[in-house]
Amino acid sequence: MTAQPSSPSPPAGTPAIQLMSATKRFRTPNGSAYTAIRDMDLIVEAGEFCAIVGPTGCGKSTTLTLVSGLEKASDGRVLVHGEPVSGITPGVGFMFQNDAILPWKSVLDNVAAGPRFRGVAKATALTSARDWIRRVGLAGFEDRYPHQLSGGMRKRVALAQNLINEPRILLMDEPFSALDVQTRAKMSNELLSLWDLTKPAVVFVTHDLEEAIALADKVVVMTAGPGGTVKATFRVDLPRPRVVQEIRFEPAFVDLYHQIWETLRAEVDKAYVQTTGSAVAS
Amino acid sequence: MNAVTHGADQATAGSTAATGAELVGTPVVTPEPSRTRDVRHGLVVHGLQLAVLVVLLGGWQLLTSTGHLDPVLFGEPSGIVGRLQTWITQGTSIGSLGQQITVTLEEALIGFLIGTTLGIVSGIALGRIKLLAEVFGPFIKVLNSIPRIVLGSVFVIMFGLGLESKVLLVIVLVFFGVFFNAFQGTREVDRNLIASAAILGASKWQITRQVVLPSAFTWIIASLHVAFGFALIGAIVGEFIGSQQGLGNLIRAAQGTFDANGVWAAMVIMAVVALLAEYLITRLEKRLLRWRPTQLSGPDL
Repeated sequence: MTAQPSSPSPPAGTPAIQLMSATKRFRTPNGSAYTAIRDMDLIVEAGEFCAIVGPTGCGKSTTLTLVSGLEKASDGRVLVHGEPVSGITPGVGFMFQNDAILPWKSVLDNVAAGPRFRGVAKATALTSARDWIRRVGLAGFEDRYPHQLSGGMRKRVALAQNLINEPRILLMDEPFSALDVQTRAKMSNELLSLWDLTKPAVVFVTHDLEEAIALADKVVVMTAGPGGTVKATFRVDLPRPRVVQEIRFEPAFVDLYHQIWETLRAEVDKAYVQTTGSAVAS
Repeated sequence: MNAVTHGADQATAGSTAATGAELVGTPVVTPEPSRTRDVRHGLVVHGLQLAVLVVLLGGWQLLTSTGHLDPVLFGEPSGIVGRLQTWITQGTSIGSLGQQITVTLEEALIGFLIGTTLGIVSGIALGRIKLLAEVFGPFIKVLNSIPRIVLGSVFVIMFGLGLESKVLLVIVLVFFGVFFNAFQGTREVDRNLIASAAILGASKWQITRQVVLPSAFTWIIASLHVAFGFALIGAIVGEFIGSQQGLGNLIRAAQGTFDANGVWAAMVIMAVVALLAEYLITRLEKRLLRWRPTQLSGPDL
């Protein structure tokens, strides 16, 4: 509808995202360098749902900013559809942890913003915005301003705002972490059914392992920061469609959870010791 | 005015709750005091305000009429009212009163519009483009530190007694306040919003126009209140320094003839104009910032 083919289609089989020993260093205010991720290798296939879990400060979010082109890798290579990233990557959607919808635009104008920015005619943009608002279950709220909506509703607006551009890659940075447990489960289910519509490749950053397994095809565990990198990758072969609230009771889910948690636990402990400065590991 | 917006919010909150099962609208609604209590409270406030006025003006009148203050030097309320009446019905020494007000307002408004536009544009430009800020930053700081009101004399010498010199003085006075607010507002824009808009496909200009400007507007509009005050001061002082017409000229003429009531009367007119302008700016503010939740606490002036 509003998809903007930015580059000729890459040959079939080209991964949506490839990180090849990508390293990102930031300059801290006092002049020293802080390494957020180090020698990170990651491949996400087209249409694949990949979850990245790891302790606080391991560089999960940094990975997303590299893929989106908001930041440039200091070393290594970042390829999207086989092309090196330079500037904002076209065909990418990004859901931030905090609300990033424009507070001075109504729901309708927020969702229509993407197509409007890209020069789609106003009437067309509004029609497709109404469509997406309905799909995320916000019909009837088109004229509301964000401050008149609940946290869950704002997330839906952000989701519609991104999906209307029909991105081939959707990056999500702990998008539901601010929601209460029930709303979060509902949103996760809806995310899965919306994902099924256009099947973008998804990179979903979270520190909730349960959420990661319930949603993803593949769970990537990162080592504790600074200079986090991929520790292990687990394939999640649970059948789809999944019901997020119920899948966690299945034996296969529980097994997987134990297995991944064993890997993740050591990193969480390490990060905990670092942030608290104490040597009391559990 | 506050009560009205509050009521509207409640209405939206109500309908949100009705339609959005698990997702409830957020506006926080304080318990509404009953109507009679509202009315009674209003009466008390207005009664007290009236009492303050009576004490101030009555005291002033009393002190002058009993001879404790010299009415020739200090003026007196009854004399001020009389002077206003004469000005309205018979005109002033330099022409009709309406004409003086028009002249001053024209200078103030033209200067205000140019000054705020320049302030907003350059504030946002310097806030967005680092090189510009680095180059022009020191110049602006120096210009801001000189007592700009003195430029009034310079402008009168350069451009004469007419409109131009006043407008220039107004621009110079208005510009800096608006500039600094626009600059700061631009730098305080949520970086997430900019990143999000960029990913959605916004160009640099679209980000400036649709993300930075609305976000900085909270800051800019706060400076407009002060800026209009400065605009009036600029126009009046400019006229005071050298002019043939306007309220500033009227004040100067009254001062020259030891007409204290005349000076006070001109001030009353200015106050009325300033209050009107303030009202209009507040209206504009409410309109432009209606997307904001009503969450201000503390008393409203």
